[in-house]
Amino acid sequence: MISSLAAEKLACARGERRLFDGLSFTVKAGQALAVEGANGAGKTSLLRLLAGLLTPFAGRVVVRTAQGDSDDAETRARLVGWLGHLDGLKPQMTVREQLAFYAHLYGVAADDALLEQVNLARQADLPCRYLSAGQKRRLALARLLVSNRPLWLLDEPFAALDSAGQALVAQLMARHCGQGGIVIAATHDPLGLGNESLTL
Amino acid sequence: MSPFVTLLLRDLKLAARGGGSAALALAFFALVATLVPLGVGADLNLLARVAGGVLWVGAVLAALLSLDRLFQGDFEDGSLELIACSPLPLELAALAKILAHWLATGLALTLLSPLLALMFNLPGDATLMLFVSLLVGTPAVSAVGAIGASLTLSLKRGGLILPLIILPLLVPAVIFGAGAVSAVLDGIPGGGALGLLAAFSGASVLLSPFAAAACVRLNLSS
Repeated sequence: MISSLAAEKLACARGERRLFDGLSFTVKAGQALAVEGANGAGKTSLLRLLAGLLTPFAGRVVVRTAQGDSDDAETRARLVGWLGHLDGLKPQMTVREQLAFYAHLYGVAADDALLEQVNLARQADLPCRYLSAGQKRRLALARLLVSNRPLWLLDEPFAALDSAGQALVAQLMARHCGQGGIVIAATHDPLGLGNESLTL
Repeated sequence: MSPFVTLLLRDLKLAARGGGSAALALAFFALVATLVPLGVGADLNLLARVAGGVLWVGAVLAALLSLDRLFQGDFEDGSLELIACSPLPLELAALAKILAHWLATGLALTLLSPLLALMFNLPGDATLMLFVSLLVGTPAVSAVGAIGASLTLSLKRGGLILPLIILPLLVPAVIFGAGAVSAVLDGIPGGGALGLLAAFSGASVLLSPFAAAACVRLNLSS
Protein backbone atom coordinates (compact mmCIF):
# COMPACT_ATOMS: atom_id res chain seq x y z
CA MET A 1 0.00 0.00 0.00
CA ILE A 2 1.11 3.54 -0.68
CA SER A 3 1.47 5.96 2.22
CA SER A 4 2.12 9.15 0.25
CA LEU A 5 3.15 10.67 -3.04
CA ALA A 6 5.36 13.74 -3.08
CA ALA A 7 6.33 15.98 -5.98
CA GLU A 8 9.59 17.81 -5.30
CA LYS A 9 10.39 20.92 -7.34
CA LEU A 10 8.91 19.42 -10.47
CA ALA A 11 9.40 21.17 -13.78
CA CYS A 12 7.88 20.16 -17.08
CA ALA A 13 8.81 21.39 -20.54
CA ARG A 14 6.96 20.55 -23.73
CA GLY A 15 9.15 21.51 -26.66
CA GLU A 16 10.44 25.02 -26.06
CA ARG A 17 7.67 25.85 -23.59
CA ARG A 18 8.05 25.47 -19.83
CA LEU A 19 4.64 24.42 -18.50
CA PHE A 20 5.43 24.65 -14.80
CA ASP A 21 8.47 24.97 -12.61
CA GLY A 22 9.35 24.30 -8.98
CA LEU A 23 6.08 22.49 -8.30
CA SER A 24 6.00 20.74 -4.92
CA PHE A 25 3.15 19.03 -3.13
CA THR A 26 2.40 15.94 -1.05
CA VAL A 27 -0.69 13.78 -1.13
CA LYS A 28 -1.13 11.30 1.69
CA ALA A 29 -3.02 8.01 1.65
CA GLY A 30 -6.74 8.61 1.87
CA GLN A 31 -6.49 12.08 0.32
CA ALA A 32 -7.61 13.49 -3.00
CA LEU A 33 -6.04 16.33 -4.96
CA ALA A 34 -7.80 18.25 -7.71
CA VAL A 35 -5.47 19.69 -10.33
CA GLU A 36 -7.03 22.76 -11.86
CA GLY A 37 -5.97 25.23 -14.47
CA ALA A 38 -6.72 26.67 -17.87
CA ASN A 39 -6.52 24.60 -21.03
CA GLY A 40 -2.87 23.95 -21.87
CA ALA A 41 -1.69 24.78 -18.35
CA GLY A 42 -0.09 21.35 -18.02
CA LYS A 43 -2.66 19.32 -16.06
CA THR A 44 -2.38 16.26 -18.29
CA SER A 45 1.40 16.59 -18.44
CA LEU A 46 1.52 16.65 -14.63
CA LEU A 47 -0.54 13.46 -14.45
CA ARG A 48 1.71 11.80 -17.05
CA LEU A 49 4.74 12.85 -15.03
CA LEU A 50 3.24 11.36 -11.88
CA ALA A 51 2.39 8.15 -13.76
CA GLY A 52 5.97 7.83 -14.98
CA LEU A 53 4.94 8.18 -18.62
CA LEU A 54 6.81 11.49 -18.92
CA THR A 55 10.26 12.36 -17.65
CA PRO A 56 10.40 15.59 -15.63
CA PHE A 57 12.59 18.42 -16.90
CA ALA A 58 13.69 18.89 -13.29
CA GLY A 59 12.71 17.61 -9.86
CA ARG A 60 11.38 14.20 -8.88
CA VAL A 61 8.33 12.30 -7.75
CA VAL A 62 8.71 10.19 -4.63
CA VAL A 63 6.33 7.44 -3.61
CA ARG A 64 6.42 6.24 -0.04
CA THR A 65 5.31 2.69 0.60
CA ALA A 66 5.86 0.12 3.33
CA GLN A 67 8.87 -1.08 1.30
CA GLY A 68 10.47 2.39 1.45
CA ASP A 69 10.78 5.48 -0.73
CA SER A 70 11.15 5.26 -4.48
CA ASP A 71 11.52 7.84 -7.24
CA ASP A 72 11.75 5.20 -9.96
CA ALA A 73 9.22 5.86 -12.72
CA GLU A 74 8.66 2.19 -13.58
CA THR A 75 8.06 1.26 -9.95
CA ARG A 76 5.56 4.11 -9.70
CA ALA A 77 3.79 3.04 -12.90
CA ARG A 78 3.02 -0.31 -11.26
CA LEU A 79 1.03 1.54 -8.56
CA VAL A 80 -0.97 3.68 -10.94
CA GLY A 81 -4.58 3.28 -11.94
CA TRP A 82 -4.72 5.44 -15.06
CA LEU A 83 -7.79 7.08 -16.57
CA GLY A 84 -6.61 9.30 -19.38
CA HIS A 85 -8.34 11.26 -22.13
CA LEU A 86 -8.42 8.08 -24.19
CA ASP A 87 -10.35 5.12 -22.87
CA GLY A 88 -8.05 2.38 -24.21
CA LEU A 89 -10.90 0.37 -25.74
CA LYS A 90 -10.94 -1.68 -28.92
CA PRO A 91 -14.06 -1.36 -31.08
CA GLN A 92 -13.87 -5.03 -32.11
CA MET A 93 -13.89 -6.38 -28.54
CA THR A 94 -16.98 -6.80 -26.39
CA VAL A 95 -17.37 -5.00 -23.08
CA ARG A 96 -16.79 -8.25 -21.14
CA GLU A 97 -13.73 -9.20 -23.22
CA GLN A 98 -12.26 -5.74 -22.77
CA LEU A 99 -12.62 -5.85 -19.01
CA ALA A 100 -11.24 -9.42 -18.86
CA PHE A 101 -8.25 -8.37 -20.97
CA TYR A 102 -7.26 -5.59 -18.58
CA ALA A 103 -7.93 -7.78 -15.54
CA HIS A 104 -5.58 -10.48 -16.83
CA LEU A 105 -3.05 -7.90 -18.02
CA TYR A 106 -2.95 -6.45 -14.51
CA GLY A 107 -2.78 -9.95 -13.01
CA VAL A 108 -6.15 -9.94 -11.27
CA ALA A 109 -9.32 -11.97 -11.77
CA ALA A 110 -12.00 -10.57 -14.08
CA ASP A 111 -15.14 -9.61 -12.22
CA ASP A 112 -18.42 -9.13 -14.09
CA ALA A 113 -19.93 -7.55 -10.97
CA LEU A 114 -17.91 -4.45 -11.83
CA LEU A 115 -19.99 -4.06 -14.99
CA GLU A 116 -23.10 -3.88 -12.84
CA GLN A 117 -21.42 -1.33 -10.65
CA VAL A 118 -20.86 0.97 -13.62
CA ASN A 119 -24.28 0.10 -15.08
CA LEU A 120 -22.98 -1.75 -18.13
CA ALA A 121 -24.15 -5.29 -17.32
CA ARG A 122 -26.74 -5.23 -20.12
CA GLN A 123 -24.06 -4.25 -22.65
CA ALA A 124 -21.59 -6.96 -21.53
CA ASP A 125 -21.64 -8.82 -24.86
CA LEU A 126 -21.84 -5.73 -27.03
CA PRO A 127 -18.77 -4.78 -29.09
CA CYS A 128 -17.29 -1.51 -27.82
CA ARG A 129 -17.91 0.21 -31.16
CA TYR A 130 -21.61 0.34 -30.29
CA LEU A 131 -21.08 2.12 -26.97
CA SER A 132 -21.77 5.82 -26.51
CA ALA A 133 -18.98 8.10 -25.28
CA GLY A 134 -20.45 8.01 -21.76
CA GLN A 135 -20.68 4.21 -21.78
CA LYS A 136 -17.07 3.98 -22.93
CA ARG A 137 -16.12 6.18 -20.02
CA ARG A 138 -18.04 3.91 -17.65
CA LEU A 139 -16.19 0.89 -19.04
CA ALA A 140 -12.92 2.76 -18.52
CA LEU A 141 -14.01 3.28 -14.90
CA ALA A 142 -14.64 -0.48 -14.55
CA ARG A 143 -11.16 -1.05 -15.96
CA LEU A 144 -9.76 1.39 -13.40
CA LEU A 145 -11.51 -0.51 -10.62
CA VAL A 146 -10.34 -3.92 -11.85
CA SER A 147 -6.71 -2.74 -11.96
CA ASN A 148 -6.86 -2.55 -8.15
CA ARG A 149 -4.13 0.08 -7.94
CA PRO A 150 -3.69 2.42 -4.94
CA LEU A 151 -2.78 5.59 -6.87
CA TRP A 152 -5.54 6.85 -9.15
CA LEU A 153 -4.54 9.43 -11.73
CA LEU A 154 -7.64 10.66 -13.49
CA ASP A 155 -7.71 13.06 -16.41
CA GLU A 156 -11.08 14.79 -16.69
CA PRO A 157 -12.90 11.90 -14.97
CA PHE A 158 -16.33 13.52 -15.39
CA ALA A 159 -15.97 14.04 -19.14
CA ALA A 160 -18.77 12.58 -21.32
CA LEU A 161 -20.70 11.32 -18.27
CA ASP A 162 -24.30 12.15 -17.41
CA SER A 163 -25.20 13.33 -13.90
CA ALA A 164 -25.63 9.74 -12.65
CA GLY A 165 -22.23 8.87 -14.09
CA GLN A 166 -20.64 11.90 -12.46
CA ALA A 167 -22.16 10.93 -9.13
CA LEU A 168 -20.80 7.41 -9.61
CA VAL A 169 -17.28 8.78 -10.23
CA ALA A 170 -17.51 10.93 -7.09
CA GLN A 171 -18.72 7.92 -5.10
CA LEU A 172 -15.92 5.67 -6.42
CA MET A 173 -13.29 8.31 -5.65
CA ALA A 174 -14.65 8.75 -2.12
CA ARG A 175 -14.63 5.00 -1.58
CA HIS A 176 -11.07 4.69 -2.94
CA CYS A 177 -9.85 7.41 -0.57
CA GLY A 178 -11.78 5.77 2.26
CA GLN A 179 -9.87 2.56 1.60
CA GLY A 180 -6.54 4.38 1.92
CA GLY A 181 -5.95 5.08 -1.76
CA ILE A 182 -4.84 8.34 -3.35
CA VAL A 183 -6.78 10.21 -6.04
CA ILE A 184 -5.24 12.94 -8.16
CA ALA A 185 -7.62 14.28 -10.76
CA ALA A 186 -7.20 16.94 -13.42
CA THR A 187 -10.60 18.55 -13.64
CA HIS A 188 -12.57 21.70 -14.27
CA ASP A 189 -15.33 20.46 -11.95
CA PRO A 190 -15.20 20.22 -8.15
CA LEU A 191 -14.42 16.70 -6.91
CA GLY A 192 -16.74 17.14 -3.95
CA LEU A 193 -14.46 15.22 -1.61
CA GLY A 194 -13.38 18.02 0.67
CA ASN A 195 -10.10 17.71 -1.12
CA GLU A 196 -7.09 19.95 -1.58
CA SER A 197 -6.67 21.63 -4.95
CA LEU A 198 -3.68 22.70 -6.96
CA THR A 199 -3.93 25.35 -9.64
CA LEU A 200 -1.41 25.35 -12.47
CA MET B 1 -3.39 -16.45 -17.61
CA SER B 2 -0.14 -14.50 -17.66
CA PRO B 3 -0.11 -10.88 -18.90
CA PHE B 4 2.15 -11.96 -21.79
CA VAL B 5 -0.30 -14.62 -23.01
CA THR B 6 -3.21 -12.21 -22.42
CA LEU B 7 -1.69 -9.59 -24.73
CA LEU B 8 -0.70 -12.22 -27.30
CA LEU B 9 -4.23 -13.66 -27.43
CA ARG B 10 -5.81 -10.22 -27.61
CA ASP B 11 -3.65 -9.25 -30.58
CA LEU B 12 -4.47 -12.51 -32.34
CA LYS B 13 -8.15 -11.90 -31.67
CA LEU B 14 -7.89 -8.38 -33.07
CA ALA B 15 -5.99 -9.67 -36.12
CA ALA B 16 -8.75 -12.20 -36.76
CA ARG B 17 -11.61 -9.74 -36.21
CA GLY B 18 -10.59 -6.33 -37.27
CA GLY B 19 -9.19 -4.73 -40.38
CA GLY B 20 -8.30 -8.00 -42.08
CA SER B 21 -4.66 -6.97 -42.40
CA ALA B 22 -3.50 -10.60 -42.26
CA ALA B 23 -5.90 -11.54 -45.06
CA LEU B 24 -4.70 -8.48 -46.98
CA ALA B 25 -1.09 -9.65 -46.62
CA LEU B 26 -2.00 -13.12 -47.90
CA ALA B 27 -3.91 -11.67 -50.85
CA PHE B 28 -0.98 -9.38 -51.69
CA PHE B 29 1.46 -12.29 -51.52
CA ALA B 30 -0.76 -14.42 -53.76
CA LEU B 31 -1.16 -11.58 -56.26
CA VAL B 32 2.60 -11.00 -56.51
CA ALA B 33 3.17 -14.72 -57.01
CA THR B 34 0.51 -14.75 -59.72
CA LEU B 35 1.64 -11.63 -61.57
CA VAL B 36 5.34 -12.43 -61.79
CA PRO B 37 4.92 -15.65 -63.83
CA LEU B 38 2.55 -13.74 -66.11
CA GLY B 39 5.19 -11.05 -66.61
CA VAL B 40 8.19 -13.35 -66.97
CA GLY B 41 6.50 -15.72 -69.41
CA ALA B 42 6.40 -19.47 -69.81
CA ASP B 43 10.12 -20.17 -69.37
CA LEU B 44 9.77 -22.77 -66.61
CA ASN B 45 13.50 -22.95 -65.86
CA LEU B 46 13.70 -19.17 -65.47
CA LEU B 47 10.63 -19.15 -63.22
CA ALA B 48 12.13 -21.81 -60.97
CA ARG B 49 15.41 -19.88 -60.89
CA VAL B 50 13.77 -16.61 -59.72
CA ALA B 51 11.16 -18.23 -57.48
CA GLY B 52 13.14 -18.06 -54.23
CA GLY B 53 13.95 -14.36 -54.59
CA VAL B 54 10.51 -13.31 -55.83
CA LEU B 55 8.61 -15.22 -53.15
CA TRP B 56 10.90 -14.01 -50.40
CA VAL B 57 10.58 -10.37 -51.50
CA GLY B 58 6.82 -10.87 -51.89
CA ALA B 59 6.55 -12.28 -48.37
CA VAL B 60 8.56 -9.40 -46.88
CA LEU B 61 6.47 -6.76 -48.68
CA ALA B 62 3.24 -8.53 -47.73
CA ALA B 63 4.24 -8.64 -44.06
CA LEU B 64 5.07 -4.92 -44.23
CA LEU B 65 1.46 -4.09 -45.06
CA SER B 66 0.30 -4.80 -41.53
CA LEU B 67 3.44 -3.80 -39.63
CA ASP B 68 2.66 -0.11 -39.31
CA ARG B 69 -0.38 -0.99 -37.14
CA LEU B 70 1.69 -3.11 -34.74
CA PHE B 71 1.74 -0.40 -32.05
CA GLN B 72 -0.26 2.35 -33.78
CA GLY B 73 -3.74 1.16 -32.77
CA ASP B 74 -2.77 0.86 -29.12
CA PHE B 75 -1.02 4.24 -29.24
CA GLU B 76 -4.02 6.02 -30.76
CA ASP B 77 -6.69 4.60 -28.43
CA GLY B 78 -4.68 4.91 -25.21
CA SER B 79 -4.13 1.17 -24.69
CA LEU B 80 -0.38 1.57 -24.90
CA GLU B 81 -0.34 3.84 -21.83
CA LEU B 82 -2.28 1.20 -19.92
CA ILE B 83 0.07 -1.54 -21.09
CA ALA B 84 3.00 0.64 -19.98
CA CYS B 85 1.44 0.87 -16.50
CA SER B 86 0.78 -2.88 -16.32
CA PRO B 87 3.03 -5.44 -14.60
CA LEU B 88 4.16 -6.63 -18.05
CA PRO B 89 7.49 -5.00 -18.94
CA LEU B 90 7.32 -3.13 -22.25
CA GLU B 91 10.03 -5.41 -23.65
CA LEU B 92 7.81 -8.46 -23.08
CA ALA B 93 4.80 -6.56 -24.40
CA ALA B 94 6.77 -5.85 -27.59
CA LEU B 95 7.73 -9.53 -27.82
CA ALA B 96 4.09 -10.57 -27.41
CA LYS B 97 3.08 -8.21 -30.20
CA ILE B 98 5.89 -9.47 -32.46
CA LEU B 99 4.83 -13.06 -31.83
CA ALA B 100 1.18 -12.24 -32.52
CA HIS B 101 2.13 -10.48 -35.75
CA TRP B 102 4.22 -13.45 -36.86
CA LEU B 103 1.48 -15.97 -36.05
CA ALA B 104 -1.15 -13.91 -37.88
CA THR B 105 0.98 -12.92 -40.87
CA GLY B 106 4.42 -14.58 -41.16
CA LEU B 107 3.21 -18.08 -40.40
CA ALA B 108 0.20 -17.68 -42.68
CA LEU B 109 2.47 -16.50 -45.54
CA THR B 110 4.77 -19.46 -44.91
CA LEU B 111 1.90 -21.95 -45.04
CA LEU B 112 0.71 -20.44 -48.33
CA SER B 113 4.17 -20.51 -49.96
CA PRO B 114 4.21 -24.18 -51.17
CA LEU B 115 1.00 -23.52 -53.09
CA LEU B 116 2.46 -20.42 -54.72
CA ALA B 117 5.71 -22.25 -55.49
CA LEU B 118 3.70 -24.41 -57.91
CA MET B 119 3.24 -21.37 -60.15
CA PHE B 120 7.01 -21.08 -60.41
CA ASN B 121 7.57 -24.75 -61.25
CA LEU B 122 9.76 -25.05 -58.17
CA PRO B 123 10.91 -28.66 -57.56
CA GLY B 124 9.82 -30.41 -54.38
CA ASP B 125 13.10 -30.18 -52.50
CA ALA B 126 13.45 -26.46 -53.31
CA THR B 127 9.83 -25.89 -52.27
CA LEU B 128 10.57 -27.56 -48.97
CA MET B 129 13.61 -25.31 -48.52
CA LEU B 130 11.49 -22.23 -49.36
CA PHE B 131 8.95 -23.29 -46.75
CA VAL B 132 11.61 -23.91 -44.09
CA SER B 133 13.47 -20.68 -44.90
CA LEU B 134 10.25 -18.66 -44.58
CA LEU B 135 9.40 -20.47 -41.37
CA VAL B 136 12.80 -19.60 -39.96
CA GLY B 137 13.14 -16.13 -41.48
CA THR B 138 9.73 -14.47 -41.20
CA PRO B 139 10.06 -13.99 -37.42
CA ALA B 140 12.92 -11.63 -38.30
CA VAL B 141 10.57 -9.64 -40.53
CA SER B 142 8.10 -9.16 -37.65
CA ALA B 143 10.91 -8.44 -35.17
CA VAL B 144 12.81 -5.90 -37.28
CA GLY B 145 9.47 -4.45 -38.37
CA ALA B 146 8.56 -3.86 -34.74
CA ILE B 147 11.55 -1.54 -34.38
CA GLY B 148 10.43 0.50 -37.37
CA ALA B 149 6.79 0.49 -36.24
CA SER B 150 7.69 1.73 -32.79
CA LEU B 151 10.11 4.32 -34.15
CA THR B 152 7.49 5.88 -36.45
CA LEU B 153 4.69 5.64 -33.88
CA SER B 154 3.96 9.32 -33.47
CA LEU B 155 4.65 10.31 -37.07
CA LYS B 156 1.55 11.22 -39.05
CA ARG B 157 2.58 9.31 -42.16
CA GLY B 158 4.80 6.77 -40.43
CA GLY B 159 3.49 3.97 -42.62
CA LEU B 160 5.20 5.52 -45.62
CA ILE B 161 8.55 5.87 -43.88
CA LEU B 162 8.40 2.42 -42.31
CA PRO B 163 9.49 0.44 -45.42
CA LEU B 164 12.42 2.81 -45.93
CA ILE B 165 13.63 2.02 -42.41
CA ILE B 166 12.90 -1.69 -42.39
CA LEU B 167 13.75 -2.93 -45.87
CA PRO B 168 17.51 -2.20 -45.71
CA LEU B 169 17.64 -4.02 -42.37
CA LEU B 170 15.96 -7.06 -43.91
CA VAL B 171 18.48 -7.45 -46.75
CA PRO B 172 20.32 -10.30 -44.93
CA ALA B 173 17.07 -12.24 -44.46
CA VAL B 174 16.22 -11.98 -48.16
CA ILE B 175 19.77 -12.88 -49.25
CA PHE B 176 20.03 -15.91 -46.96
CA GLY B 177 16.44 -17.05 -47.55
CA ALA B 178 16.54 -16.81 -51.33
CA GLY B 179 20.13 -18.10 -51.28
CA ALA B 180 19.07 -21.26 -49.47
CA VAL B 181 16.44 -21.97 -52.16
CA SER B 182 18.93 -21.26 -54.98
CA ALA B 183 21.49 -23.55 -53.36
CA VAL B 184 19.03 -26.45 -53.41
CA LEU B 185 18.22 -25.72 -57.06
CA ASP B 186 21.97 -25.89 -57.83
CA GLY B 187 22.25 -29.21 -56.02
CA ILE B 188 24.22 -27.70 -53.15
CA PRO B 189 23.06 -28.20 -49.54
CA GLY B 190 21.32 -25.03 -48.44
CA GLY B 191 22.09 -25.61 -44.78
CA GLY B 192 24.75 -22.89 -44.61
CA ALA B 193 22.44 -20.11 -45.82
CA LEU B 194 19.64 -21.48 -43.67
CA GLY B 195 21.91 -21.45 -40.63
CA LEU B 196 22.86 -17.83 -41.24
CA LEU B 197 19.17 -16.99 -41.70
CA ALA B 198 18.35 -18.72 -38.41
CA ALA B 199 21.13 -16.77 -36.65
CA PHE B 200 19.85 -13.48 -38.09
CA SER B 201 16.29 -14.33 -37.16
CA GLY B 202 17.21 -15.43 -33.64
CA ALA B 203 19.26 -12.29 -33.02
CA SER B 204 16.43 -10.10 -34.35
CA VAL B 205 13.82 -11.73 -32.12
CA LEU B 206 16.09 -11.50 -29.08
CA LEU B 207 17.21 -7.90 -29.53
CA SER B 208 14.30 -6.12 -31.21
CA PRO B 209 11.94 -6.14 -28.19
CA PHE B 210 14.47 -4.01 -26.29
CA ALA B 211 14.80 -1.53 -29.17
CA ALA B 212 11.05 -1.45 -29.77
CA ALA B 213 10.30 -0.91 -26.06
CA ALA B 214 12.80 1.96 -25.93
CA CYS B 215 11.13 3.59 -28.96
CA VAL B 216 7.67 3.11 -27.43
CA ARG B 217 8.83 4.80 -24.20
CA LEU B 218 10.23 7.66 -26.25
CA ASN B 219 6.95 8.11 -28.10
CA LEU B 220 4.83 7.85 -24.96
CA SER B 221 6.86 10.62 -23.39
CA SER B 222 6.69 12.90 -26.42
